[in-house]
Amino acid sequence: MATLSDPPSESFQLSKLIRDTRYRSYTFQLIALIALILVFAYLGSNLASNLAEAGLNISFSFLGNSAGYDINQSLIEYNNQMTHLRATLVGALNTLLVAFLGCILATIIGVIVGVLRLSKNWLIGRIMSIYVEIFRNVPVLIWILIIYFVMTAAMPSARDYLGEEPERDLLLGLIAFTNRGVYVPAAVFQPMGWVVLGVFVASIFGAIAYRRYATKLLYDTGRLLPMGWPMLAIVILPALVAFFVLGQPIALDRPDPLANRFNLQGGIPISGAFIALWFALSIYTAAFIAENVRAGILAVSRGQTEAAASLGLRPNRIMNLVVLPQALRVIIPPVISQYLNLTKNSSLAIAVGYMDLTATLGGITLNQTGRAIECILLLMLFYLAISLAISAVMNAYNSAIRLKER
Amino acid sequence: MKKSVFLGALTVAGLAAGASAAATLDDVKARGTLNCGVAPGLVGFAAPNAEGEWEGFDVSVCRAVAAAVLGDPTAVEFVPTTGKTRFTALASGEIDMLARNTTWTFSRDVDLKFEFAGVNYYDGQGFMIPRELGISSAKELDGATVCIQTGTTTELNLADYFRANNISYEPVPIETNAEAQPLYLEGACDVYTTDASGLAATRASFENPGDHVILPEIISKEPLGPLVRHGDNDWGDIVRWTLNALIAAEEYGVTSANVDDLAEGTDNPEVNRLLGTEGNLGEMMGLDADWAVRAIKANGNYGEIFEQNIGESTPIGLSRGLNAQWTEGGLLYSPPFR
Repeated sequence: MATLSDPPSESFQLSKLIRDTRYRSYTFQLIALIALILVFAYLGSNLASNLAEAGLNISFSFLGNSAGYDINQSLIEYNNQMTHLRATLVGALNTLLVAFLGCILATIIGVIVGVLRLSKNWLIGRIMSIYVEIFRNVPVLIWILIIYFVMTAAMPSARDYLGEEPERDLLLGLIAFTNRGVYVPAAVFQPMGWVVLGVFVASIFGAIAYRRYATKLLYDTGRLLPMGWPMLAIVILPALVAFFVLGQPIALDRPDPLANRFNLQGGIPISGAFIALWFALSIYTAAFIAENVRAGILAVSRGQTEAAASLGLRPNRIMNLVVLPQALRVIIPPVISQYLNLTKNSSLAIAVGYMDLTATLGGITLNQTGRAIECILLLMLFYLAISLAISAVMNAYNSAIRLKER
Repeated sequence: MKKSVFLGALTVAGLAAGASAAATLDDVKARGTLNCGVAPGLVGFAAPNAEGEWEGFDVSVCRAVAAAVLGDPTAVEFVPTTGKTRFTALASGEIDMLARNTTWTFSRDVDLKFEFAGVNYYDGQGFMIPRELGISSAKELDGATVCIQTGTTTELNLADYFRANNISYEPVPIETNAEAQPLYLEGACDVYTTDASGLAATRASFENPGDHVILPEIISKEPLGPLVRHGDNDWGDIVRWTLNALIAAEEYGVTSANVDDLAEGTDNPEVNRLLGTEGNLGEMMGLDADWAVRAIKANGNYGEIFEQNIGESTPIGLSRGLNAQWTEGGLLYSPPFR
């Protein structure tokens, strides 16, 4: 009398939400979620009502008012009659500039130091260890201030370069190193100058194409073309020829010692504050990146090195062709967070008077308008956006180079 | 049990949030101390001395108010505020009054909803430059690199002045006076600009003060004074008239030394009304009759406070200038006590 049949489909009862282990966890998660939302809603409404009561009505209309202050370094057109929003934008671009250049320099130094720290040469290895330990164990603010004040004290005054018979001459007649910053000549393009620039860009692509061709030839026939001087020639010669054929259409705007009694005029002034901040952030972050690189290299099994060596590759090529490409998969994720750290650390810029986002929006604008909460909220938003953007770019790169599992 | 504690805490938090706008005078009396926002260490104006006690020109105003309201000039909780936190601290009720060399401007008064109780120091922005550059007027500063202390009205005045005179400059914003000094002395900037009182104090600390000149142009009006929140006019009156009492006391010759004698009655009805032997001015404000006597006894009258903290006998070495009584060619002018 054994009758097989499906078990009767149980009707759903509310008590099951608690009793049945299949549903219980969802129930509690839902309760926790609702509680969390309620708590945040309470905190938010509490904040809003308290602010209203204290007379702090949140308003962002101040961003449209004229800023009224000047900024000494601006990548876009700015004067003190433009709005606070424009000043904020100038600050944000300055932040991005120092963060971008800082990440590049930190990566270059970090990779070199990280590789050299594993060197079999005892002296080089120890020197790199000392570099890492010194730079990552002193707060970055101290490094920024030290570099800035040493530069200010050690470099000659800008006034030494001024006048008919200056105490110092420009280096090569082009560059001045002063305690206010470095003055370099600027290129002034006449219409034909852009053609020269176009030729130069085109020849860079030409050089890349030559390299591809050489690689292909090597793989196909085993013939090795010379790489060094032909590439150099491809990059430089056409632009040089174009420059002289078109009648030297690019002029140099050199720093002029005679135009003003206080400062060199003309050229591009690179402020001391920017140099100090850029350099300090780079060498500080490079110490961390060096450790990430070292960890990544050590994570590549020794067998890989030995196998490559047994194929007859030289140590240089083993590192570049075998070890580093595999190590990159381990190195990239922690390096992303170092880039984020560098970007956020750039908010220390105000210590040396570099006008970044924190100094414009969170500094002078906040002070002049008194809109502390609005400014800080915007500041958080900007940094969050910048950081997320860096994360997104680096994560995309990471997934491009990671091990393709098939 | 735990849940009820949590809900209780929420309720308390909600109630406490609602109470901050009530009468400040009652809060101060109930608390027994006055919370006064000051600068975080500006010698002469507000800085802790070797014993850790706050003293200075602005601190004395706080002490006078505490003496008038609570009867004890030491019943003050000094809250150091930075240029960035000062207004939020006052608006949120963390401090009862702000005495932190703050310039009285339209937007701070109207837009930020504060009430300035008066002016305790008339200042103005000036320029200091090395003597060897041979500059005698700020109009010759075209192209100069200028060190500015940020967090003040200084940046705006500077931008306005150079724009009005159609000359260019390179601003170098510096966070504190201490950082600006080496930059100026090393020649990283040609000019240092801040309030003239600050320039005098800074120059006094140099090795060779004579090598630096303060240019004659004063490019802004900087009336500095204590301020309170909008909306509690009774409390605003107390701070305003305590400051006026200190100024009037100097005018009438009431000092910390003779205030007790004068408080027993004089022939001058103005002094009698001020010191509470005639009329009921204190009562009108919700204080007792001796309020002004205590305020003056705390640190002396305005002139005494000035001389003790920033006057010519101190390292700051400021002359009275605009801050003399109106009877001596200055701007200090207390409305009558009647």
